[in-house]
Amino acid sequence: MAGSNPNAKPMNLTLKVWRQPNRQTEGSIVDYQVKDISPDMSFLEMLDVLNEDLLHKGQDPVAFDHDCREGICGSCDLFINGRSHGPEKGTTTCQLHMRKFSDGDTITIEPWRANAFPVNKDLSVDRSAFDRIIQAGGYVSVNTGGAPDGNEIPIPKEISDRAFEAATCIGCGACVAACKNASAMLFVSAKVSQLALLPQGQVEAKTRVENMVAQMDIEGFGACSNIGSCAAECPVGISLENIAILNREFLTAKATSNNLA
Amino acid sequence: MVLNSKAPEGPLAEKWDKHKFNVKLVNPANKRKYDVIVVGTGLAGAAAAASLAELGYNVKAFTYHDSPRRAHSIAAQGGINAAKNYQNDGDSVFRLFYDTIKGGDYRAREANVYRLAQVSVNIIDQCVAQGVPFAREYGGLLANRSFGGAQVSRTFYARGQTGQQLLLGAYSALSRQIAYGKVKMYTRSEMLDVVVVDGQARGIITRNLVTGEVQTHAAHAVVLATGGYGNVFYLSTNAMYCNATAAWRAHKKGAYFANPCFTQIHPTCIPVSGDYQSKLTLMSESLRNDGRVWVPKTVALAERVRKGELKPQDIQEDDRDYFLERKYPAFGNLVPRDVASRNAKQMCDEGRGVGSSGLAVYLDFADVIKRTSAEAVSQKYGNLFEMYEKITDENPYQMPMRIYPAVHYTMGGLWVDYNLQTTVPGLYATGECNFSDHGANRLGASALMQGLADGYFVIPYTIGDYLAATPPKPVTTDHPAFAEAKAGVQARVEQLLSIKGNRTPDEFHKKLGHLMWEYCGMARNAEGLKYAKAEIAKLRKEFWQDVKVVGSGEEMNQALEKAGRVADFIELGELMVDDALDRNESCGGHFREEYATEDGEAMRRDDEYAYVAAWEYMGENQPERLNKEELVFENVKLTQRSYK
Repeated sequence: MAGSNPNAKPMNLTLKVWRQPNRQTEGSIVDYQVKDISPDMSFLEMLDVLNEDLLHKGQDPVAFDHDCREGICGSCDLFINGRSHGPEKGTTTCQLHMRKFSDGDTITIEPWRANAFPVNKDLSVDRSAFDRIIQAGGYVSVNTGGAPDGNEIPIPKEISDRAFEAATCIGCGACVAACKNASAMLFVSAKVSQLALLPQGQVEAKTRVENMVAQMDIEGFGACSNIGSCAAECPVGISLENIAILNREFLTAKATSNNLA
Repeated sequence: MVLNSKAPEGPLAEKWDKHKFNVKLVNPANKRKYDVIVVGTGLAGAAAAASLAELGYNVKAFTYHDSPRRAHSIAAQGGINAAKNYQNDGDSVFRLFYDTIKGGDYRAREANVYRLAQVSVNIIDQCVAQGVPFAREYGGLLANRSFGGAQVSRTFYARGQTGQQLLLGAYSALSRQIAYGKVKMYTRSEMLDVVVVDGQARGIITRNLVTGEVQTHAAHAVVLATGGYGNVFYLSTNAMYCNATAAWRAHKKGAYFANPCFTQIHPTCIPVSGDYQSKLTLMSESLRNDGRVWVPKTVALAERVRKGELKPQDIQEDDRDYFLERKYPAFGNLVPRDVASRNAKQMCDEGRGVGSSGLAVYLDFADVIKRTSAEAVSQKYGNLFEMYEKITDENPYQMPMRIYPAVHYTMGGLWVDYNLQTTVPGLYATGECNFSDHGANRLGASALMQGLADGYFVIPYTIGDYLAATPPKPVTTDHPAFAEAKAGVQARVEQLLSIKGNRTPDEFHKKLGHLMWEYCGMARNAEGLKYAKAEIAKLRKEFWQDVKVVGSGEEMNQALEKAGRVADFIELGELMVDDALDRNESCGGHFREEYATEDGEAMRRDDEYAYVAAWEYMGENQPERLNKEELVFENVKLTQRSYK
């Protein structure tokens, strides 16, 4: 086969996988062996191999979240050897390849650990808290139709590029899993900054940041202590600068609030 | 049944305005008395759900994902077309219409495509107003780039993540309506049947993917926005969960399935690396703006490359064949996808493919890096280059990319009329899930355009016409048709669990994918198709005797989900083969080897095949019935497509 490295040797690995039948039942780590793993496989393809093997043996395959397998949908969410999305910087679990591991390795695989992300089953967690934070204000209130011509809102390229950088957040929750307080500040700040930077977001800037931060607290995410493990572990490089923008926006909003709610 | 497209009479440019005036309206106070179900929350679904809720309808939206933000629209890379003519290069609504009809090899309905081109300009405005951070020039105005099949620059983009930004825009509009209580959002809920009451779509059956609970939902109308069926081929650029189940269940409840054999093979994907491969990754078509496609001139040289004796950089300029530039000087590397794919396959068939499998061609950026700089290239394509390196462990700034065609998009889908209504009254299909706008081949950057056009600007108008004729009485799930459909879904779950065979759903899926790719892929012929038909029928039988699923239906059970989807893929695969056999011509993505011009280009047969093939389900183990919608071209002249 046309692997990129034909000389790479297949690997045998020990997996320590979190198994939990459902939210109500306690979980535990279970050991599995996988054999003949190609270094060109993605991490999730390695789990596919494990699951096919389990199914053949009549055992319950390991449930995990995944979909696009190209690093953009934000579904995959594995905590690998104590790190969000595993050892490679700037990479989602689905884009992590087995060439980053060695023959004989033991790999521990857990779900995101946060009160706001309860486990559905095994490695799959419920991240609907993120959706509710966006519903609290992560939008510009424009109905379909009636928008002015796109070029009637000129935006300096540097501003637009910065807004884009913030907007590339994939909503995977790696930041929460990486934080010792399970804080969602990086996620919330990415959306707040995107819209705070753009002229379209100005009208609702104050209510937006207040409402989103309030919802974040309701969901039970922890406080930010500015250590920065969120940004260090973010697979798409969302910058810590966004948290500074969020704090500034939040203070300004609180000081000059026109939020009548 | 006679297929009535309901395309309005009159001059092309006036049809949509006239139609919008003629359709019935639901008065603002009455809209809240109507419930609409939207299945799928990608571009088409999220845009439709948000826009319908803004109008005042009560919307129930469903996705099998954990969040509406994860739909596979998010992975679209390159851009979205719109006839803005911001570049002053001669673009117009008519030119976008013309390019789309021609690019689709004259197998799309004129009126729909013209409307698509018309509303394309509104989409850009809407997205900008939502805060979608499109690429901009230094003067602050929107930037454009070029895509295949067009000679103007009309593609709007957000680096290589346009789909992500557009979907997050639609998701934000949807989120706002969820917060207002106008949309009730059901996540991790898979639609497993449509409920038809007295000939009209009145609801759906879903399964909660976390608890396994089977639920019934009623509404005055149902909108499907459930995407395409490229995963019939097992390996494709689609996401792992993409499936045909919703569309296929609708088909079995009376919705005709149109042109199922029209599938798009995208020319620039990262080649297969092993048997374990679970999906293929696209490298955006926008790369063909600057990347040059080539293979070694001789088989001997190609052989040495395959053995690893030669690196691509070692091959002299004179020993390279830039085959697209050579054969199609007018469009060069930017020929449409079907043409580029077929030529790549031809090079590999000739023995000039590269990579150790020989199933790859080069996409080379050395020239543009020399002409500009590595930084400039990184600005444009940085994330794509990174993705390529992560997957292949090769640096495309130093080595040409190796690419090969892969299944990417399906032009076929549920048949819809001009109102996007299927043959089941009250059941609509939008986005990739319908067949409507791309004919036999979709142009790059047109999928995002169509999904958002349908969701934001078409369905909000056309659904009113149907609802206005429906009494605004509350709908319930009391009708026996709901209980019956629910029981059917539960019985099927039980059946899948009770077989306890020896082969996993994935094994069946791989086998199906292999058959489809070999015999109903980039090139097809009658003999191969007949063979595939027999093999798929056999596979279907084996599936229901030997599939292995463990656990129960009352829990999260991903193998069970997969088994249900594979069962539907197998049936759809059979129909795709039937359709490919029926169409004795080559057009767009459907290339029948028996029908080629002397220089190997697709040969259409307009006299006999200028129709939409709309297949009607006739019952278990019965052949489907073919219904034809004749295509009438009043505004373009049918010609042999030439990109030379």
